[in-house]
Amino acid sequence: MSARRLQRGLALTAALLLLGAALVPAGALGSARPRASLTDIENDVMCVSCRESLAVAESPQAYAERDYIRGLIAQGLDKQQIEQQLVAQYGPAVLGKPPASGFDLTVYVLPAAIVALGLLVLAIALPRWRRAARARVKAPAAAGPALSAQDARRLEEDLARFDA
Amino acid sequence: MRRLLIPGVALLAAAALLGLLAFGVSHQGTSSSIDAQVAHGKRPPAPGARVALPILGASGRESLADLRGKVVVLNVFASWCQPCAAEAPILEREQRLLAGHDATILGVTYLDNSSDSESFVHRWHITYPVIRDVSGSFVRGFGTTGVPETFVIDRRGRIAALRRFQLDGSWLAQTLPPILAERS
Repeated sequence: MSARRLQRGLALTAALLLLGAALVPAGALGSARPRASLTDIENDVMCVSCRESLAVAESPQAYAERDYIRGLIAQGLDKQQIEQQLVAQYGPAVLGKPPASGFDLTVYVLPAAIVALGLLVLAIALPRWRRAARARVKAPAAAGPALSAQDARRLEEDLARFDA
Repeated sequence: MRRLLIPGVALLAAAALLGLLAFGVSHQGTSSSIDAQVAHGKRPPAPGARVALPILGASGRESLADLRGKVVVLNVFASWCQPCAAEAPILEREQRLLAGHDATILGVTYLDNSSDSESFVHRWHITYPVIRDVSGSFVRGFGTTGVPETFVIDRRGRIAALRRFQLDGSWLAQTLPPILAERS
């Protein structure tokens, strides 16, 4: 291998390493985790007493919940850890996701059931609509009796006169 | 007949959805049956008596069943609730009187984090036991949707009186003596 080719290979490797380093997210390189923000968490959790998003809630409990989250952020916890702490303190309702059990299960099942029902209706109705549409297209040709030879000749004459 | 199939299925689906909605709404509302029964002089059993909840600031658990035979003044509170703070000294004073009558106040935290609850207990020098209802499911059985609320449970584990707003000393003074005088 010539020295020039070796030099070019080393330069290419260095360039690839630099590109790779630029593309890898900063958080994945070391132990540094993205710092949680109150705004981000507020949007994902509920004010448990007022049953609305913490981002818009203005009750005393909402203020207490925000203070608690601020404390957890100050301790350096990430978003997932903070949400786990919130569940431990306020129960699963704080996440705004109903438990997948009992009546609340309908929240998860119902949308899928409605989509499935819609697909079923379409599966039944679409072939019918297509058949009906085809029948309507064919209908004008099939409608009425065939022209007699005399009428056909008269039609041809009229069309010729019209073209002239 | 086949022409009616799709509208029929759609109608059935709409009716099922409406039914589901009605069921959901009817099961979300607060239970007024406890209030109605108590107002008519009846004593419904305290719900969730066997549910053992964690004791605030300790490792153990406590349930209403553990306190059977005692009169229990169950006070649902939260540290972020101003009326609860107003009640706290009254309840603590009452606890000292109740101690000689085989009775106790039992605090239940409502949608509150443990550190705030502990600060509240410390600030108001509360000595009665306090349990944590983290998910709120225990107090929901009592129809609780806000704080403060107080339920007086007799020696047989039945709700004898309740107050769905801030209590005062005179309510306790009127309500408790006849219940304390009862034997189990």
